[in-house]
Amino acid sequence: MHLEFFQLIDRITDLNIGAKTIAAEAQVPEKNTIFEGHFPGYPLMPGVLLIETMAQASGWLLIALMKFERMPFLGAVKEAKMRGFVSPGETLKIDASIVHEGSGFAMTSAEISVRGQLRCNATLTFRHIPFPNPDLRGHMDAVARRIGFPQEMILHD
Amino acid sequence: MSSTFDQIATIIAETCDIPRDRITPESHAIDDLGIDSLDFLDIAFAIDKEFGIKLPLEKWTQEVNDGKATTEEYFVMKNLAAHIDELVAAKGA
Repeated sequence: MHLEFFQLIDRITDLNIGAKTIAAEAQVPEKNTIFEGHFPGYPLMPGVLLIETMAQASGWLLIALMKFERMPFLGAVKEAKMRGFVSPGETLKIDASIVHEGSGFAMTSAEISVRGQLRCNATLTFRHIPFPNPDLRGHMDAVARRIGFPQEMILHD
Repeated sequence: MSSTFDQIATIIAETCDIPRDRITPESHAIDDLGIDSLDFLDIAFAIDKEFGIKLPLEKWTQEVNDGKATTEEYFVMKNLAAHIDELVAAKGA
């Protein structure tokens, strides 16, 4: 996880277009200024960042399903449940699947587990639009390469 | 069997917590019922599932933005119901 850059997914471990599912991993850093405030003497990964982690995994799944032509943006978070604490240094397994693909929007179901134990889950709604500019598209290309997004799914202009 | 209007009125009432008797065939989903675009995604989701269609929200929004259609054409309840009937018929054709 690169918390400072809001890049919360370290690697995609499985992307199944047919089943419309994704699995990813992320290592919570041992040290970060976030933990100095959340909480002093009892560091915990903030729930909002866990939600964002689930959103980013879902986003990569949507980008893949949309053949890297559109960018999803988080619109709604439903039924988000923080079921257990996540501590510095832990490795997260993130799974997401498609609930619904609408016109210009999509819904996913996502969860995070640590060593097989469910820590949080949510249902997420995204709006998606064509990439608004080449800069964002280029940035997403670079992140995709870093986290092991299947290169054959990246369509180039 | 309830009409398409009744079905979507029930969906909207349940999804947006709007009293069912406030929703009439003449109601404008945005102007009269106060449903915003994000809430409408939940309605679209429920309609898609209920009728087995994909409500073409992007196309409709584009037409409104381009001045080719008015919001009344798609978001007044009786018109929305008519469009859903067309989509269902097209699916079965």
